[in-house]
Amino acid sequence: MTAIFNDSAFSRRELLKGGGALIVGFSLTGIPLAASAARGDAAGPPDPNAIDTWIAIHADNTATVYFGKCELGQGNTTGMLQIAAEELDLAMSQISAARLDTNVTPNQGATSSSSSIERGGPQLRAAAAEARRALLLLAARRLGVQINSLVVADGVVSVDGEGGFRSVKYGDLLGDKPFDVKFTGTAPQKPPNRYKLVGTRVPRIDLPDKMSGRYELVHHLRVPGMQHGRVVLPRGQRAFGAGAKPLGIDEGSIKHIPTARVVRKGDFVGVVADNEWDAVRAAQALKVTWQDGPELPGNANLFTQMRAQKTTDTVIADRGDVAKGFSGAAHQRSSAYFCPYQGHLPFGPNCALADVGPDGALVRSSTQDVYNAREMLARVLGMPLEKVRVQYYEGSGTFGRSCYEDAAQAAAIMSQAVGRPVRVQYMRWDEHGWDNYGPAHLAEVRAAVDADGKLVAYEYHGWQHGWTVTSTIQDIALQKPGVERASGSASITVNPMSTGSMYVVPNRRVISHAVPMQGYLRGAALRSPLDLSFAFASEQTIDELAYALKMDPFEFRRKNIGDKRWLGVLEAAANAAGWKPRVMASSLSNDEVVRGRGIGLGTHHVSYGAAVADIEVNRRTGMIVATHLYGALDAGLAVNPALVETQIIGQMIQSASRVLKEEVLFDKRGVTSLDWESYPVMRFAEHPAVTPVVVQRIDEPSTGAGEEVMGATVAAIANAFFDATGARLRQYPMTPERVLAALASRT
Amino acid sequence: MDLKINVNGREWPVSANPDMPLLYVLMNELELRGPRFGCGLAQCGSCSVLVDGVEVRACVTPVSKVAGKSVTTLEGLPALYAEQKRLPQAPALHPLAQAFIDQQAPQCGYCYNGMTIKAAELLAQNPRPTEAQIRAHMNGHICRCGTYPLILKAIQLASTRMAGDVR
Repeated sequence: MTAIFNDSAFSRRELLKGGGALIVGFSLTGIPLAASAARGDAAGPPDPNAIDTWIAIHADNTATVYFGKCELGQGNTTGMLQIAAEELDLAMSQISAARLDTNVTPNQGATSSSSSIERGGPQLRAAAAEARRALLLLAARRLGVQINSLVVADGVVSVDGEGGFRSVKYGDLLGDKPFDVKFTGTAPQKPPNRYKLVGTRVPRIDLPDKMSGRYELVHHLRVPGMQHGRVVLPRGQRAFGAGAKPLGIDEGSIKHIPTARVVRKGDFVGVVADNEWDAVRAAQALKVTWQDGPELPGNANLFTQMRAQKTTDTVIADRGDVAKGFSGAAHQRSSAYFCPYQGHLPFGPNCALADVGPDGALVRSSTQDVYNAREMLARVLGMPLEKVRVQYYEGSGTFGRSCYEDAAQAAAIMSQAVGRPVRVQYMRWDEHGWDNYGPAHLAEVRAAVDADGKLVAYEYHGWQHGWTVTSTIQDIALQKPGVERASGSASITVNPMSTGSMYVVPNRRVISHAVPMQGYLRGAALRSPLDLSFAFASEQTIDELAYALKMDPFEFRRKNIGDKRWLGVLEAAANAAGWKPRVMASSLSNDEVVRGRGIGLGTHHVSYGAAVADIEVNRRTGMIVATHLYGALDAGLAVNPALVETQIIGQMIQSASRVLKEEVLFDKRGVTSLDWESYPVMRFAEHPAVTPVVVQRIDEPSTGAGEEVMGATVAAIANAFFDATGARLRQYPMTPERVLAALASRT
Repeated sequence: MDLKINVNGREWPVSANPDMPLLYVLMNELELRGPRFGCGLAQCGSCSVLVDGVEVRACVTPVSKVAGKSVTTLEGLPALYAEQKRLPQAPALHPLAQAFIDQQAPQCGYCYNGMTIKAAELLAQNPRPTEAQIRAHMNGHICRCGTYPLILKAIQLASTRMAGDVR
């Protein structure tokens, strides 16, 4: 068995003591590095300006790479190792990644916004290039030649043209000793046309163990003396800001479960027991009277309330004179669009293991950001930052901020209370009911064309509330109201990239109307945040203009795109689907099952996505089945095209699920969709075929590839519905009820 | 009371309350990593195991219900396959697991315990299923990462390999 991660072999006690033996290393200059601390001894982040922070070369001629981006199931570890191995001229079998750990790995920021390869990759590439240069300097000295006469293959440095006569291994130059080299960022990097590993379909390193059952997920962690904990929360969250206030707890209600005990901190309520089933039973049996919160709008009044709310408005884009553009137009179309709250809902509910003692805390969690998790845990535990250590263990696919910080904080609170390690897993209803949901969105879109089919004006107004900064467990344990991120770079506003930016429009205005989150549901980034909603609204409006002009929607888009990369993905998706020019809804039928094909564009912040969707609509039942999706993604240099293809497949299936099925249900009191029956998702029998197309651009920087074809997919499905039926659906999910209503209003 | 269960060809004494769902015994007493918690409601299939060759949801099956029966988890699938095919020894991976790797199908991989168990049940009953049969058989198993198309391809690949058409 190959280890996926190189773990430092520290015992639990050593970790908690925060001490450890000092090692004596040797620097490149041969001077002993007396009293140099062992990796992992001290609270991080380690110095990003030292090459030793990023790379270690071992005596067996292998390397360990330390980076700060989490493997979330997207395969980024394989991609990051490809980048490092390429610059170091190592084979994939010679390189491995260290586990993310606040005492060990550098802080590269959160693993969010598909940033691993885009932003984490260049940093790692530069570090590896610098490490390679340092190794070549050592080799040149050792072999007595000039550095430019050296070549490297699989970690063996040799003199060019000698057939290996004079050579030395990396491991012999530096085996397990520090580089002691500054990360200047000036080392020469390989030109892309000399890449051997980057750009190839290297198989994922984690899959063999994942398939055999050997892979250690956070859910699998067990340590001696460990207890099991469960959170106790009302079934389904109340209005944001109201928290969860217990008025009374009847501890007698769990007397029949001998090892179970209640843990409280502020308003936090949890149960701990010796075995997991007892904790599960106790959390369900514990009688708690909860204080009622303020009223929520419920699904019924959500959009009316959002539209009427006093908002903070921001002009996101403003070009030309929109009023003038509309006044001279040949055709214009406008409509409102309604987009639901949706959940992250990792398939395995979040889980964490915490060991908190008076000397420090070790928390193992599947966070997207170990350093942010540490900060939040320190606050919740009332401990100094440097006493808290967070190690990353993979959970199940999270797609943004699900309840992972909550599980970690709950485990830490309970471990602190009982003085033993505590493992917490959320129950299905906790995860469904207390998620930080992808916010609902209301759009009013208007666009116009001239008689030649050129877009002349575009206006997008979007309403949504923001994201939570704090977590549920933190809020209730510290009895502080939740905090919304209302402004700044990480707040959510209408994304100008997703709202018409792909077209040349002389007059365009995009306005974001920020609704306060207080009194709504707790929101956070959900994969391709709100881009599905923006594309649902924007790209249907574009399609309506093509229809008004009696133009093929592919041709209409082509005519209005100015950027060759947008054109590239549009054509790639259309080619893959064998697109034949035609006016939408020009062959309507009265059959029970009718077919349609649609096209759409979209992105997140960077990269370019295009999709074609084939769907079937059952006019009697209202059921929509997506039969085949074609998706093209241009993410610059695709470090591993196979990984990008699987990302396209996952994005398209998940987008089909979200536009056809997913909606958080809530009434005035709280969230009511608490399982997979009340919150249905795409299932096996109905899943579409997917044809992924990677538009490889080897000379362009790599950009995000985990979110950027989702908006396009949703748009293509919505437009295919019009093609099949001649009716527009302006609200999603496109459920049978809404389909039947749309069909009825048309006839 | 003393309960014995047979898991992956071995007898295990179980100290648990007989009402405890089998899943918690497999995860915590036997420390197996295949079956895992997903919903506790028999809605998703992450906890699936085979009991006498039939897929059941371990999260809602009391451990006492499997006494005297033969439980196979993900870890036991290669040996079960060898037994079914009368192979001299168990392969390192069940052909389904190998096909999932060859197709690079999983993302987070959390649902693949259930996917592998359910597909192994299918191929043992019906070695050459049609696409429609695969879709219908697998419908009770959810994949949140959206890898269904590759799971489908991998099951077809494993079916072909298992039938000895390609090796």
